[in-house]
Amino acid sequence: MTSSVSSATITLEVLRYRPGRDQAPAFQSFQVPYREDWVVLDALNYIKDQIDGSLSYRWSCRMGVCGSCGMMVNGTPRLSCAAFLKEYYPATVRVEPLEHFPIERDLVISLDDFMQKLPAVRPWIVRQDDRPLDAGEYRQTPAELDWYKQFSMCINCLLCYSACPVYELEPRFIGPAALALVARYNLDSRDQGREQRQEIAAGPDGVWDCTLVGECSTVCPKDVDPAGAIQRLKLSSALEWVKNVVLPWGRR
Amino acid sequence: MKTGRSSEPIWWLLFAVGGTVAAFLVPVHIAVGGIAGPAGWIPQAFAYDRMVGLISHPLSRLYLFALISLSLFHWAHRFRYTLAEGLRLKASWLPIPIACYGSAIVGTILAAAVLMRL
Amino acid sequence: MSPYYRPVRFDWWRKRRAYTLFVVRELTSVFIAGYAIVLLLLLRRLAEGREAYEAYLQWLATPGMMAFHIVALAAAVFHSLTWFSLAPRAMAVRIGERRLQPRTILWANYAAWAVVSAIAAWMVLRA
Ligand code: SF4
Ligand code: FES
Repeated sequence: MTSSVSSATITLEVLRYRPGRDQAPAFQSFQVPYREDWVVLDALNYIKDQIDGSLSYRWSCRMGVCGSCGMMVNGTPRLSCAAFLKEYYPATVRVEPLEHFPIERDLVISLDDFMQKLPAVRPWIVRQDDRPLDAGEYRQTPAELDWYKQFSMCINCLLCYSACPVYELEPRFIGPAALALVARYNLDSRDQGREQRQEIAAGPDGVWDCTLVGECSTVCPKDVDPAGAIQRLKLSSALEWVKNVVLPWGRR
Repeated sequence: MKTGRSSEPIWWLLFAVGGTVAAFLVPVHIAVGGIAGPAGWIPQAFAYDRMVGLISHPLSRLYLFALISLSLFHWAHRFRYTLAEGLRLKASWLPIPIACYGSAIVGTILAAAVLMRL
Repeated sequence: MSPYYRPVRFDWWRKRRAYTLFVVRELTSVFIAGYAIVLLLLLRRLAEGREAYEAYLQWLATPGMMAFHIVALAAAVFHSLTWFSLAPRAMAVRIGERRLQPRTILWANYAAWAVVSAIAAWMVLRA
């Protein structure tokens, strides 16, 4: 459809930061062609190819799977490969690196904090018994799969951390995606690692920090509902506490 | 990242139960006792003798005790975090929880005292 | 080459509408606690006797207290609505193999709210 290629343009204001050169980040404006079927990531690629090759940002799959292209688009955390220009046109589009994370360069944020938290919640199937490989796989019914499936859809895009005011105030907070993974594995019928995860999940930086603002679930591109996962963890942890403290003779 | 467990489950449970109780009961209480009554729409309902009669039943006292105390604990928890988030302090910074939960505990004791006196 | 840390904003709750609504939701608890204190006063005045109680009733009818109760009612209803819409997310109720739909839990909550309110009102109002 060559007819859709018109001379219309759209303005992108991109937050730039070049360590060593810039004291602080500043916006830079770019005029890019406007196409109905372009997403913000296409516009950034156009800038990089045609206007300024030094612009830095992360992306890979261009189809909402890899989770690397998260950015603030007009103040909301979005996957830039899923944010269409036509949602904003003819207004200006402001692109910033994901909030609440340190800026490495331009739109690239530092992932260090999340990379530390992720393994701490043991996001894998933990077993007490080590079955030999030839004993076969751990089986699961569709209903058992259904029980945790929603929480397993996370692509680690970190949009939820950018939407979370608690994380901004308290960066030690384990945060939405990692806690959703706690729920994902705790609810898996094959897993036996709940006790181990509980140390982190119900610890001082765990679920109790959450005040259920709920924006993590609103911005999540995969409908993971981390806020719901955290509420369920709070409820089950609190009930477990009642069992252990109020009825110490109960379950031992 | 710190590990280990904390006293948070108690406060959260009181908050959660209090929030549920308040969600079910506070609107009707305010509408009837705070607006319809004082506006004079139901003159005989709030007469002194009738009120004393209502409250003489142990179940209504227990009910009022739970309503007052749990509503206060619900507030204490939410207010603690709102203070922390509004003022950008840590929610675990001790003076805030002590002031909030402490007020709720004082209110609970006052409620228990007056209900035993009635 | 060090990364850049953006400053923490004090007016974060104005950044997004949902944040503002969140703060409003949390602050409804102030009115709920305020009403708990009004109830506590009612009991104390009742305990003090007829005169104190009647003075209390007159105090409730003052414009200031009327205004407080009208605002408090709005706050309490907002609390109920938000509470019931959030509660299903903490609970995953399974019936047999199927998970109960959050919408079902929500409507069950509303229905229970109506019934409980009617019973409470009847207790106070029955002649
Ligand atoms: S929970 Fe959702 S928003 Fe958060 S990292 Fe996973 S996919 Fe992204
Ligand atoms: S580029 Fe992979 S999710 Fe956007």
